[in-house]
Amino acid sequence: MTTQDVALLRDLEEYRYGWKSPETYVYKAPKGLSEEVVRQISAFKGEPEWMLDFRLRAYRHFIQRPMPNWGPDLSDLNFDDIVYYVKPAERAGRSWDEVPEDIKRTFERLGIPEAEQKFLAGVGAQYESEMVYHRVKEELESKGVIFKSIEDGLRDHPDLFRQYFGKVVPIEDNKFAALNSAVWSGGSFVYVPPGVKVEQPLQAYFRLNVANIGQFERTLIIIDEGAEAHYVEGCTAPLYSTDSLHTGVIEIIVKRGARFRYTTIQNWSTNVYNLVTQRALVYGDATMEWVDANIGSKVTMKYPSCYLLEPGAHGEILSMAFAKDGQVIDNGGKVIHIAADTTSKIVSKSVSKGTGRASYRGLVRVQRGAKRARSNVVCDALLIDEHSRSDTYPYMEIEEPDVTIGHEASVSKVGEEQLFYLRSRGLSEEEATTMIVAGFIEPLVRELPMEYAVELNRLVQLEMEGSIG
Amino acid sequence: MSDILDIRNLHARTAEREILKGLNLTLRKGEVHALMGPNGAGKSTLAYVLMGHPAYEVTEGEVIFKGQNILELDPEERAHLGLFLAFQYPVAVPGVTVANFLRAALNAKRRAQNPDDPGISVLEFRKLLTEKMRLLGLSPDFAGRYLNDGFSGGEKKKTEVLQMAVLDPEFAILDETDSGLDIDALRAVAHGINALRGPERGFLIITHYKRILDHIRPDYVHILVDGRIVASGGPELADQLEAEGYKRWVQDVEPLASAA
Repeated sequence: MTTQDVALLRDLEEYRYGWKSPETYVYKAPKGLSEEVVRQISAFKGEPEWMLDFRLRAYRHFIQRPMPNWGPDLSDLNFDDIVYYVKPAERAGRSWDEVPEDIKRTFERLGIPEAEQKFLAGVGAQYESEMVYHRVKEELESKGVIFKSIEDGLRDHPDLFRQYFGKVVPIEDNKFAALNSAVWSGGSFVYVPPGVKVEQPLQAYFRLNVANIGQFERTLIIIDEGAEAHYVEGCTAPLYSTDSLHTGVIEIIVKRGARFRYTTIQNWSTNVYNLVTQRALVYGDATMEWVDANIGSKVTMKYPSCYLLEPGAHGEILSMAFAKDGQVIDNGGKVIHIAADTTSKIVSKSVSKGTGRASYRGLVRVQRGAKRARSNVVCDALLIDEHSRSDTYPYMEIEEPDVTIGHEASVSKVGEEQLFYLRSRGLSEEEATTMIVAGFIEPLVRELPMEYAVELNRLVQLEMEGSIG
Repeated sequence: MSDILDIRNLHARTAEREILKGLNLTLRKGEVHALMGPNGAGKSTLAYVLMGHPAYEVTEGEVIFKGQNILELDPEERAHLGLFLAFQYPVAVPGVTVANFLRAALNAKRRAQNPDDPGISVLEFRKLLTEKMRLLGLSPDFAGRYLNDGFSGGEKKKTEVLQMAVLDPEFAILDETDSGLDIDALRAVAHGINALRGPERGFLIITHYKRILDHIRPDYVHILVDGRIVASGGPELADQLEAEGYKRWVQDVEPLASAA
């Protein structure tokens, strides 16, 4: 299938969102955060002592760490009005039969059964704050690939887990990383052994389902030397009546000669604060790619990062943001060149519609001694109408003289000539505008697995509906 | 009446000045009309106004097609009726492939004619597109390229004719489709246009030069000067122009223009 087929397919299926299943939970923590809540979460999960200590340290850091003041406005975010832990079922389902009916219905509407047919590789799906359904293809298991919930990872692989957990994103990294470290629940644990190439993408679906539930997933992925894998996370969320918080931490280690790609399609409902820390440590001759599409949320702050630790390490960040009325999507990427002969590329595509504001914020840092480092940053913004706004904050911190750094930025408007050209061929103004937007984000869409590309194009189409007065 | 596109006393202007000053022209299906004229005469303005470009204001006159004044319609509605404009300067739409764009345009037209039309299937469309691309000597991978993005002048003009071939209009306006083409590209484009000639289609070929008319023999030639048609005739009029230049026509209208 080519990308053109993808777009051709996009009108085949009707996409719906805004629904939710009835609430059935085994345990729901009271609103607000305290040391007691943190202890309860750890006790419920039957965690080892070191993890409880980790959580408590993180909680204390979170309490005393001030709110970041350099990005979007977070003043409406009330930490006391959030439920920090929900346990939806007794234990993670081992087989499809064990998954409760209403949760199955949720999955059905998310299209998981089809995904399972197509991707016999593990489907790790997160419902609320816990993995309820999680299956790993036997073939993967026979190769020694681990793909399970983060809780199972901690229980079943304590040494491997402890060696890396909290090492890529330390507690003190930022306020929200500290919050996640204190209350994390759900997420994936992935380990790919040396030399193993996983052909099919490993997939996880995330979905929020109850008003005021903070979702604090934590994912730890280790790609051992010479291994290759692709992890895909797609999020769609129903609508809520009150504000909701999503604060994830994704830690990735890509060892020598390995390749890894992490793909996200994020479509939180427009009352969700989406404040995520995603970071990869990249070793010699390894490649890390972030592909990151952000459509929903009230406020998103997300800057996937690559730390290029050894010569030959390569990092890429390809991100797309679509902000409509009232939304602020502040995203981009961060690359730290620590070793010599490291290379990186950041491509950002921002679309702003109505009063929406999609901005690029990125940092390229080259440390002294990272000779011959090369980096290229391209950020393009598309404004759909007169009120839309986009800002670009491209930070460069270069301590090494022997480097090659490129930066290009462009801002374009959906132009009268483009619209007239397309309309003269029979497309309505709305269809023409949608086509221009779809074309603008095509460099990212073409990198997605087909189902996701179809879904993303469909989402953009939905966002554009009724946008022409 | 649906066989006629009738331009009556058309006046149009930009914010700055009046460009078309009472233009009359009747096109019939099956006919090829050539419209020639010096720079600034209003040739491209006529093309844009017929298609509904928002930068031009029609101050007087009407264009009747299929029993209605199409000047009251949106550009897409004119396209649905069967009008087509091959642009002098086609616009790039990065990220949108020629195939995707054309399929969307074709389906938009079909749905306008019949709201229940399910649209052309991917397979059927591929067949159609491949056939039309062959007609223009375009390689198969062309369908996957982004519309006019990084195209050479010749590729852009071929793409315009390709779009015409796929959308199958009843009246086609070709705005300097020959400009900027080398001899081979001109031949290919002319070949494509000739293949689309027939009793079911009318053409208005706007050009500076007689060159393209050596390849596409027009039935009528009109000369546009200062917003009006000042002479009409058969193909021999183009030969006369080639020999004498526009001077004679321009001088003829100058007193009128200064009096106005």
